[in-house]
This record gives sequence, C-alpha cells and structure tokens, in this order.
Amino acid sequence: MSPALPLDDAGPYVAAAYLVFLALVLIYVAIMAVKLSRISRDIAELAELADRRDARREHEREAVPR
Amino acid sequence: MTQAKFSRGLVPLSILSVVLVVGGFAMVFFYAPNEADQGFVQKIFYLHVPLAIVALIGFVAGGVYGIRFLRSGDRVHDLRSYVAIHVSLILAVGALITGSIWAKASWGHWWVWDEPTLVSFLIVFLLYACYQPLRFSIEDPERQSRYAAVFAIVGGAFVPLNFMAVRAAEAFTHPRVLGTTGGSMPGSMRLTFLVSLAGMAVLFVTLCKYELTSKHASFTLRSLKRRMAGDDDWVPVRRSAAPQL
Repeated sequence: MSPALPLDDAGPYVAAAYLVFLALVLIYVAIMAVKLSRISRDIAELAELADRRDARREHEREAVPR
Repeated sequence: MTQAKFSRGLVPLSILSVVLVVGGFAMVFFYAPNEADQGFVQKIFYLHVPLAIVALIGFVAGGVYGIRFLRSGDRVHDLRSYVAIHVSLILAVGALITGSIWAKASWGHWWVWDEPTLVSFLIVFLLYACYQPLRFSIEDPERQSRYAAVFAIVGGAFVPLNFMAVRAAEAFTHPRVLGTTGGSMPGSMRLTFLVSLAGMAVLFVTLCKYELTSKHASFTLRSLKRRMAGDDDWVPVRRSAAPQL
C-alpha cells in the first residue's frame, strides 16, 4: 500500500507541526524571561529600600546626643 | 511554605525534560519506521497525541488540586490547580494546532466538524479557556479560589466522561491507536511513542514547577516590599487571575 502523501508533500506538514511545538516552548520561555526581569527589578527596588532604611537609621543614631 | 519546596528538583527535572523530548524526537525521525498507510505525515502522531493526553491529564490534576484546596483550605493547592490548568491550556493549544495540521495532510481539511474526537477536545479546551476570565472576574481572593476550585473539579470530572463518551461513539474518522487490546503499533513505534509521552509528561511537570517557583517568588517579593516600605506606603495588591498566597 502506498502512503497517502509522498515524503515531498508530507515534509512541510510534519515540519510545521514540530515548529508549532518549538514556537510554543519558545514563547513560554520568553514570557518567563519577562517575569524574571520583573522579579529582578523588584529585587533592585527592595535593595534600594533597604539601603534607604539603613541610611535613615544611621542618621538617627548620629542625631541622638551622647 | 518556602521557595525551596517549589524549586526543589527543578534542575534535574529540566535536564530530564530536554533529554526525553530531544531523545523522543530523535527516535521519531531516526528510529521509528514510516507508517504503511499514512507514510511520513504520521510522524505528527508522536507529538500530537502526547500533547493531547498530557493536557487532559493536567486538567484532571487541576480538579484533584481543587478538591484538596476545598478540603484543606490551603491556598498552595489552589495555586497548584491554577498552574496545572494554565500549563495544560498551553499544551491543548499545541494539540489543537498540530491536530489541525495533521487533519489537513491526512483528510484534506483543517477541521472536521462531524468528528466527535476533535469537537469534544475543542469543547474541553473552550471550557478551560473560561477558567482564567472566571478567576479575573472575582475580586475577593477567597471567593475567587473557592469558585475556581469548584470549576476545576467539575471540569476535571467532565474530561474522563467526555473521553468515554467519544470512545463509545460508533462512527469516527479519527483513528483509535491505543485500545484495551494494546493497539496495533509495532514495538519500535510503541517505544518511540512511550518516550515521547514520557518527555511531554516530564516537560509538563517542569513547566508547572517553573510557574510555581516564579509565582511564589513574586508573592514573596511583593510582601517583602510592603514590609520594607512600611504600612504608610502600603499599596493594594493588583487585581489578578492568579491566586494570592
């Protein structure tokens, strides 16, 4: 029995199906990269807040008369 | 709940996913023979069927976590249910697109409306496509989690019922490869299929773990930011479809 579609005709369909899967995984990775950059931005904000808090405490300690 | 609990085993799981998925695809093209009837186009089977099976199992898993959430009230189960359904939806999109490509190559049509397997999968997909809008439409986090859990349980019960109904249908164009008799695949095809299925299953678990780790990291950071800023600078949590831990 000969196959329904010869290799030349079937090739693009098979390639398209596997490329769809690859594209889905890559889109997912790209979305995760965006989320990761948001998390790293939040960490930078937190570090800034911590620095400001330390500086304020230092200032308060210096302002207290001995 | 610690960050380590979600991210535990993420690196070996990621490596295993890559090995199984790439190994499975290599077997598809270099080991499994061409099918006698369909020829080369049947190679889509090794991608399309695992995508569909894992997506459906993921939907059921979402329902199981929904039950666990309602029983315990632990929001971690709600988060797991949300993530399982979220990742399953992505895989279901893949199953629909690859199935459509295969249908065009085999039957000459992108979609066949009188085919129960295709239409029932589309119904399941559309049902779960409503899950995120449902969550987003409810502002109160408690109610959001409860309603979403009920939705996940009902949907999760619908999936196997739907599967059995389709199996019971008499006329169908869609082939039945996996049956109670063990199917008609030769050993090399069966092994390739099982490796592809295992790869897809491990990829699903890995993606779920990535999503859980990322979500938990965001929640932890947000709450830390609020604590550091002090109550004066408190900013209300942005409305979201995702569960708030």
